[in-house]
Amino acid sequence: MFTFVLKRLAYTIILLAIVSLTIFFIFDLIPVDPARLVCSKQCTPSLVEANRQRLGLDVSVLEQWWRFIVGLFAGRTFGEEGIAITCAAPALGYSFSRHECVTTIVAEAFPFTLSLALGAFVLWLSVGISLGVLSARKKGKFADRAASVFVLVGTSLPTFITGILVVLFIVLRFNLVNPLELGNWHNPFTEPLGWLQTFFFPCATLALAYAATYTRFTRSNVIETSSEDFIRTARAKGLSEKVILRKHTLRAALAPITTIAGLDFAGLLGGAIITEGIFGLNGLGRLSIKAVTQTYDLPIIVATTLIASAFVLIMNLIVDIAYAYIDPRVRTT
Amino acid sequence: MSKFLEVTNLNVTFPTQDGEVRASNEVSYSVDLGETLAIVGESGSGKSVSNLAVMGLHNPTRTKITGSAVLNLANGPVDVISASAETVRRLRGKAMSMIFQDPMSALHPFFTIGDQIAEGWHLYNKGSKKDGIKKATEMLEIVGIPDASSRVHDYPHQFSGGMRQRAMIAMALVNNPSLLIADEPTTALDVTVQSQILKLLKDLQKEFNMAIILITHDLGVVAEVADRICVMYGGRIVENGTVDDIFYRPEHPYTLGLLNSVPRISDGQSHRLRAIPGQPPSLISLPSGCAFQPRCEYSSKVTSGACNSTVPSLSDKGSGHLSRCHLDVADLNNLVKDKA
Repeated sequence: MFTFVLKRLAYTIILLAIVSLTIFFIFDLIPVDPARLVCSKQCTPSLVEANRQRLGLDVSVLEQWWRFIVGLFAGRTFGEEGIAITCAAPALGYSFSRHECVTTIVAEAFPFTLSLALGAFVLWLSVGISLGVLSARKKGKFADRAASVFVLVGTSLPTFITGILVVLFIVLRFNLVNPLELGNWHNPFTEPLGWLQTFFFPCATLALAYAATYTRFTRSNVIETSSEDFIRTARAKGLSEKVILRKHTLRAALAPITTIAGLDFAGLLGGAIITEGIFGLNGLGRLSIKAVTQTYDLPIIVATTLIASAFVLIMNLIVDIAYAYIDPRVRTT
Repeated sequence: MSKFLEVTNLNVTFPTQDGEVRASNEVSYSVDLGETLAIVGESGSGKSVSNLAVMGLHNPTRTKITGSAVLNLANGPVDVISASAETVRRLRGKAMSMIFQDPMSALHPFFTIGDQIAEGWHLYNKGSKKDGIKKATEMLEIVGIPDASSRVHDYPHQFSGGMRQRAMIAMALVNNPSLLIADEPTTALDVTVQSQILKLLKDLQKEFNMAIILITHDLGVVAEVADRICVMYGGRIVENGTVDDIFYRPEHPYTLGLLNSVPRISDGQSHRLRAIPGQPPSLISLPSGCAFQPRCEYSSKVTSGACNSTVPSLSDKGSGHLSRCHLDVADLNNLVKDKA
């Protein structure tokens, strides 16, 4: 088990290096020159070159990448002595549009994204799994049909529709949340109510589509597992239906859900662009979409892309380790 | 004197869109403690279906069951067909137990063998988790798993096929049941392992004084372990007798056909294997007469034509040997002799 984790960890690090290098090469191909963008209106070629050097873009892509990697661990200084800016490790670069270290910007945005992702994750897992189990147990009955309506609505309504409806009715019409408070940060530990006000509706909006998918997935898995031979064995032992469902059926039916749940969660940690946009949450998704479409802030784009892929890779590793604990057949192979 | 299990006129039907499937049709059999009853027949003859009904393992919403199956327990008889689901559940594992054909899929892949055996024990016994594992280890030793105290912590996929079936047997016997239903327990196993499992079942029967119902399509298995044999065809019992009755004095053409389709090397002569022509009947639309009539080579000898019109009754033609055929036993024997 230990060597398995160690091996997977090594793979993850190598993959992250390759991903980051690729991102650097892709951004080198983009026909936007950051050195020109940060130049004032009276721009001269010598000023552009000076900017280029200050931003660390005067060297080859490989060299840029290497400096980035070193900066991650050792911190980094941009510019010459007089106007030098130092970003402490882990330095993700320097944003020329916001004149701030990218790490600082990301650290401000991440709590929004984490709150949104975690809240939605908890909501959709609890709703999806319990509805799925209920509908499998009551197959063909009223509860099952009601759940299938929910699945249909949830999967067919895109987030940008449900999000706007939620904002329109719940926030603006019924004034459940002060519109001026929308998107304000509250520390969940010191002001849990304020945090809930900011995040409950965005989380619910984001969770809806996922909950619908997970309901359907759980339902079909529970039904399929219920017809397995080992469930008949459990019944032949004399176990009650409650124990059979809770211990035998759910354990086998929910194992595959671990994998997709981990990956879905990881995907959201990179930023939920639409939900963040609708509810005015300054998370990673909003940060990167702004950097891509408005400010062409390459260091921010590099950082957010890398963070998103790092989450996916790390979550993959965690899911693999978790799965080995859940399914003993994976452990020995 | 009533036997431990008495099944009388058991009917199991599955309503489907194409009509009712009569999987088990007026089936009656009985088995006593210490006795082994083999139920023989091809796939779809109703042998598993009848016994799953005894265990109460059919889905009640999709099955119609009539008749009775009485367990004569120490504290009085219980009819498991008319009893409540909860009552039958409390009999499962303790009064009656079942093992299945494929021991790989019948064991839960995520729990250790020990946990799965102990789980049944905890249902009917008070004890700590440790006691459960101790009991499981004991059971694994009884069914002949070497190094049981460490194998008890293994998962099913770490066991071989034969060991898995041994573990299944240990699981079924952990509460010392009076009746064990073994549904094709050796079908999925290697021939060499088959006889070990059968011997184990026989030994355990002596040790625990169990009634065993052995469901199989393998006559070789039957000859080794059974006391009585029921031959089933098309959802009905067509012949019921002792092992000697069935093997040496068969009274039903289907039984004859079954015996002829098994290779014999005992008498030193070579025989051509004779398969039974045709296909088993559809359980939705059974022939109006004898279910075996379309495949029976002797039905033309019954001059009254009864084979086509009336279902023969299961009649005792002497000494508790029952058979369901319009043909007289003596006539059948003469016909068989003529052929040979």
